[in-house]
Amino acid sequence: MTKNISVLLQLPVITSSTIVRCRSCRTYINPFVSFIDQRRWKCNLCYRVNDVPEEFMYNPLTRSYGEPHKRPEVQNSTVEFIASSDYMLRPPQPAVYLFVLDVSHNAVEAGYLTIVCQSLLENLDKLPGDSRTRIGFITFDSTVQFYNLQEGLSQPQMLIVSDIDDIFLPTPDSLLVNLHESKELIKDLLNALPNMFTNTRETHSALGPALQAAFKLMSPTGGRISVFQTQLPSLGAGLLHSREDPNQRSSTKVVQHLGPATDFYKKLALDCSGQQTAVDLFLLSSQYSDLASLACMSKYSAGCIYYYPSFHRSHNPAQAEKLQKDLKRYLTRKIGFEAVMRIRCTKGLSIHTFHGNFFVRSTDLLSLANVNPDAGFAVQMSIEESLTDTSLVCFQTALLYTSSKGERRIRVHTLCLPVVSSLADVYAGADVQAVVCLLANMAVDRSVSSSLSDARDALVNAVVDSLAAYMSTASNLQQSMLIAPNSLKLFPLYILALLKQKAFRTGTSTRLDDRVYAMCQMKSQPLVHLMKMIHPNLYRIDKLIDESTIHVNDRVVPQPPLQKLSAEKLTREGAFLMDCGSIFYIWIGKNCSNNFIKDVLGYPNYASVPQKMTQLPEVDALSSERTRSFISWLRDSRPLSPVLQVIKDENPAKTDFFQHLIEDRTEAAFSYYEFLLNIQQQICK
Amino acid sequence: MIAPGIPRAAPGPPGPAAMAFTFAAFCYMLALLLTAALIFFAIWHIIAFDELKTDYKNPIDQCNTLNPLVLPEYLIHAFFCVMFLCAAEWLTLGLNMPLLAYHIWRYMSRPVMSGPGLYDPTTIMNADILAYCQKEGWCKLAFYLLSFFYYLYG
Repeated sequence: MTKNISVLLQLPVITSSTIVRCRSCRTYINPFVSFIDQRRWKCNLCYRVNDVPEEFMYNPLTRSYGEPHKRPEVQNSTVEFIASSDYMLRPPQPAVYLFVLDVSHNAVEAGYLTIVCQSLLENLDKLPGDSRTRIGFITFDSTVQFYNLQEGLSQPQMLIVSDIDDIFLPTPDSLLVNLHESKELIKDLLNALPNMFTNTRETHSALGPALQAAFKLMSPTGGRISVFQTQLPSLGAGLLHSREDPNQRSSTKVVQHLGPATDFYKKLALDCSGQQTAVDLFLLSSQYSDLASLACMSKYSAGCIYYYPSFHRSHNPAQAEKLQKDLKRYLTRKIGFEAVMRIRCTKGLSIHTFHGNFFVRSTDLLSLANVNPDAGFAVQMSIEESLTDTSLVCFQTALLYTSSKGERRIRVHTLCLPVVSSLADVYAGADVQAVVCLLANMAVDRSVSSSLSDARDALVNAVVDSLAAYMSTASNLQQSMLIAPNSLKLFPLYILALLKQKAFRTGTSTRLDDRVYAMCQMKSQPLVHLMKMIHPNLYRIDKLIDESTIHVNDRVVPQPPLQKLSAEKLTREGAFLMDCGSIFYIWIGKNCSNNFIKDVLGYPNYASVPQKMTQLPEVDALSSERTRSFISWLRDSRPLSPVLQVIKDENPAKTDFFQHLIEDRTEAAFSYYEFLLNIQQQICK
Repeated sequence: MIAPGIPRAAPGPPGPAAMAFTFAAFCYMLALLLTAALIFFAIWHIIAFDELKTDYKNPIDQCNTLNPLVLPEYLIHAFFCVMFLCAAEWLTLGLNMPLLAYHIWRYMSRPVMSGPGLYDPTTIMNADILAYCQKEGWCKLAFYLLSFFYYLYG
């Protein structure tokens, strides 16, 4: 449902004054309505007959009259309307950005502030918005510091509030200032910030009061709050305790503390959502920070969560580079404000559960304070009435939002699906990736509300039930073989991959924050990225010159075949690239040819390749050029820029690489073959 | 000559059995009144969930009105269970025990929240939970009505 704009080649924008909607269910007119004589149309969701308004009969594109079905709203299933003032509760808001930064001793040690300030300085002009864009900064350790950036001042003025039990704003305005008017002051502040706290001895973190202050500051307008946190909040409201027991990391029985410890952050998120403010969280901590509780601030306010475990600017350059790239994308990507989304469906169906980062304000209305182009949503629907006499069902999503330029728009997507009466047809039309991602969402909900082992059992039962149903109704072959329809032939593989994911695995040591972050990602990522996370792509890259190629924009891009995720596919003589979505691993075998190491990695032999290599040098050789063009082709196909990590066979980081080889047996989990046998036994029992 | 009669014993205080009888009657009367209050709460719940379902009210506001009513309802019910225990009305107590156990289970498995209450605005709009709460409301209403008439005629 969330289409990346670069993929959508043409978005028809309708600027007409009348938006044609059904009178009873308020569905927007779409390509799947039926016109009954030229003057009336029948809604495809509630079957009511409506009149075609006079203005609609004229088609401005072809300048013809009397052909309403040729208008762009009826020809395209994705359209964007410019909304009139009926669709606004208040004048469209400007873009307002607030940055809440942790400056305790821990944070200064980690060194993230330099990266953030530098990134902001570079991208200050590219922040989406218009001339009304506003920006502000709050820093906090055991007190909360505000910055007066009023236009006439010679330098930014810091105002400290130490009464954190009853936080208040020191000045009523000039804490959130117009970006263009105060640009010089903002640049001065960003240049000075990293050095202002270098000798700090404050070890506490008063995140709760800082957030309360941020909420007070943003309430009049709404906008986006970006929170950077490096440790467990230890002071003031919303303080958290360390709940993780390191001895339980490999537990096979019960994984505890997957839900929040306090509802402070949830309440804050709901308050923010009511004032059209979204809270995004960047967690850059090296120890347990109770992400399960902190994540609530983003989940219900339509924010997003970024997590950098073991972040340190100099000791962990891979994470530092990832933060830099993520920030660049985060600051410059498109954004929508004060949005609501409504999902309608044909009479006879109803939608009962929504998955994603938003607040469900009523049975089909989702309140999104910010619309984030890198977010994905999932819904579960149920069939309430018999659909025997309908042949098509339709779903329509309408997102009403304010663009960053202050225009109120409505983006409408309509999806039409056939209704079939035989089970074999249902199986033939199954989209296995969508099924797996929806099951992942449901499993996350089940893990939090019930237990992780329940969720794991439910995932396996999903495979067993679906294949058993197929075998009993669709084919009459003997029961001793495992049969899957063509569309679901990868279903057991993907479910096995899901069971071995950080979110759901048991028996392997997993930090609680890592696990909770993986669960948050499952609920908020769009399908394409989630599938890469669940089942990465593995390619062999030391023989790229021999592979077939395609031509993209004057570049020659090799197309190596996908390999199975199994260690038997790795050879000591080869080098392999694993595309996990947000990270690329290049694994070099011990006996990899020296030509490859010299040409592509730029080192004379295997032993000299360093442990922490994160970039491929530009060597003037065909294999280097091909490898780099392949990697940049993979990078361009997604909005989040992944980081690269080169792993030699004796690198301790190779466990990350090998954990993704899901078809193999580990001490805690089945191999693919064993899993299939297990399923077959359960079906045939 | 009329001999003076043997002085009749003055009517003494009623015996212990009679005392318990009036205490039990008092319990029943009190329970009757309190059940009326509980019926009122149950009806309030049903109307509240219906308002949520038809988008008449915001879930945050609705939860803020419903949550404070949960503990008083449970405490009132627990109170007259205790009264019946004191009055040794075993049958009535036995009828109310399942509901008491259900209340305790429900309160133990509520979502994490700082104030009292059972309903979380972020999950209440989930159609499964909403349907469950509505069913719960109707069942409780039926139970309280039946117990009202039972106390009336018991």
